Amino acid sequence: MALPKPSPGATIMGSHKTRTLLETVMYLIFLVCGLFAVAAVLGIALYMILSGTPAIYQIGLKEFLLGALWRPTADDPSFGILYIILTSIVGTFLAILLGVPVALLTAVYLSELAPKKVYAVVRPAVELLAGIPSVIYGLLGAILLVPVMQKLETALFRGDPNHQFTGGANLLSAVIVLAIMILPTVINVSETSLRAVPREYKEASLALGATHIETIFRIMIPAARSGVITSVVLGIGRAIGEAMAIMMVSGNVVNPPFPFNSVRFLTTGIVTEMSYSSGLHRQALFSIGLVLFVFIMVINIVLNVFLKKGGEKR
Amino acid sequence: MNPSLCTRRRRPLDAVMKALIYFCAGLTVFILAAMLVYILYRGIPQVTWQFLSSVPSSLKQVYGILPSIVNTLYIVLITLLLATPIGIGGAIYLEEYSHRGRLVKWIEFTIETLSGIPSIIYGLFGAIFFGEAMRLGYSILTGSLTLTIMVLPIIIRTTQEALKTVPESFREGALGIGATKWYMIRTIVLPSSLPGILTAVILSVGRIVGESAALIFTAGASTNLPKNIFSHPMTSGATLTVQMYFGVSNGKYIDEGFGIALVLVVIVLLINLLTRVLSRKLEKK
Repeated sequence: MALPKPSPGATIMGSHKTRTLLETVMYLIFLVCGLFAVAAVLGIALYMILSGTPAIYQIGLKEFLLGALWRPTADDPSFGILYIILTSIVGTFLAILLGVPVALLTAVYLSELAPKKVYAVVRPAVELLAGIPSVIYGLLGAILLVPVMQKLETALFRGDPNHQFTGGANLLSAVIVLAIMILPTVINVSETSLRAVPREYKEASLALGATHIETIFRIMIPAARSGVITSVVLGIGRAIGEAMAIMMVSGNVVNPPFPFNSVRFLTTGIVTEMSYSSGLHRQALFSIGLVLFVFIMVINIVLNVFLKKGGEKR
Repeated sequence: MNPSLCTRRRRPLDAVMKALIYFCAGLTVFILAAMLVYILYRGIPQVTWQFLSSVPSSLKQVYGILPSIVNTLYIVLITLLLATPIGIGGAIYLEEYSHRGRLVKWIEFTIETLSGIPSIIYGLFGAIFFGEAMRLGYSILTGSLTLTIMVLPIIIRTTQEALKTVPESFREGALGIGATKWYMIRTIVLPSSLPGILTAVILSVGRIVGESAALIFTAGASTNLPKNIFSHPMTSGATLTVQMYFGVSNGKYIDEGFGIALVLVVIVLLINLLTRVLSRKLEKK
């Protein structure tokens, strides 16, 4: 390692001043970089609130959140996003219900059962699943999943005059796409926490005569509980915020969230109408953004305040 | 529930659970494999030299992705140019300078928050802050600034991990022979965590290339080649994902969409491979 050449005539004392100056400057630069994230979050929160509240104020909070009618471009417009909110909640919930068991068991497989060679294939596969852009999920959903849904729908609702046929783009399609998209998130975090379970727990359980499978379900998963819950919450965050993947498979009509209805999520509502909206309509879209932001912040606080604390106690 | 451990009754249940575990792991792999195979099957016929090298024009009935490749490169480059120094700086602050205190807790919390904010919110924020308040409009620059904030947590987190792998004795050794802190970071810590920092950059590239929702309202959708290399960031430009989204959602360019999907998947594969190689290098140390 090359030391800096001392400039002629410089003493330790002489270079001390410039050195401390440089040190202070660098410290300040790093501090500013560190504070950048804080500034960004504050800025985003501020702007979301500033741009989201005017419409809520004008429409009325109750009318906005609990109104069931979303007709932003009618002569007598109404801006109720109840169904949109419900769709996001129900859609996310169903996606979690569908995706988490699969993901958790895959994580169990990876951490407990997979032979080394298989692991070397499955592990990168999961990582690849995480890296695939959401528009591709949307495209594949629209081309592969929606036609299947259409067949299922026609079979189920044949001759039902009250059913509005969606052509397969419905809540169920969106839920399946979301369930696939949360797999890598839940698998990764669950696997890490399963691996972090102390060996002694497993060994003690096996020594007491429990089978490997019993040990996994009675000992390991309960012991990794907080990590698994964290992974689920992360999955919820991912599912509720996803926009592009479900744009092409959810049908995009404001309806109550039943499996075979075309629905609109908070995210897709923004994407669909942003390009042609103006005035109060545009502001209302920012209000939808604010609602989504509030959801995300709640999830984040749950993650950071409650789950992290639980983790520290253990 | 039979309390005895020696009953045979739970054995069938064991087999069922085991079968379920194998089924779920298999399903995960099958989904990915099916997706990849289908993208290959529909995408390969699309990806020709003409597809990669021409400008889309409905007049000439040509569809190509050259402009969006160029736009994607622009956005990747500008975003990294902005986000990498800030991210590395932030990581250095958190790992090398800070003491565990309230400020650090806040910074860590906001980084977690940033990584949890969905891209559509970034898109809205970018549109009103960079696009309207800073009057940058629909432009590649607006998109890049928005993505800078978005990839920041990836860079900070990954760099932090890399900094943690540098043994404490390296630092003590350098400080012990009289190096100042910044000199120690510059000559010892940063070089030894270089593979980790590279990983951070590559992961960010992956995130940027795959991003769409944050770009639709910030970088816009036009697919023109740059008229001037330097003023191009001020114009609107669609990335690969955005072009694919618009092409597919109006139903006109489904097949071409698979072509773009194939290009994107290849990029993602390359990125995964690279990070693998790099992390192995880091582990060896």
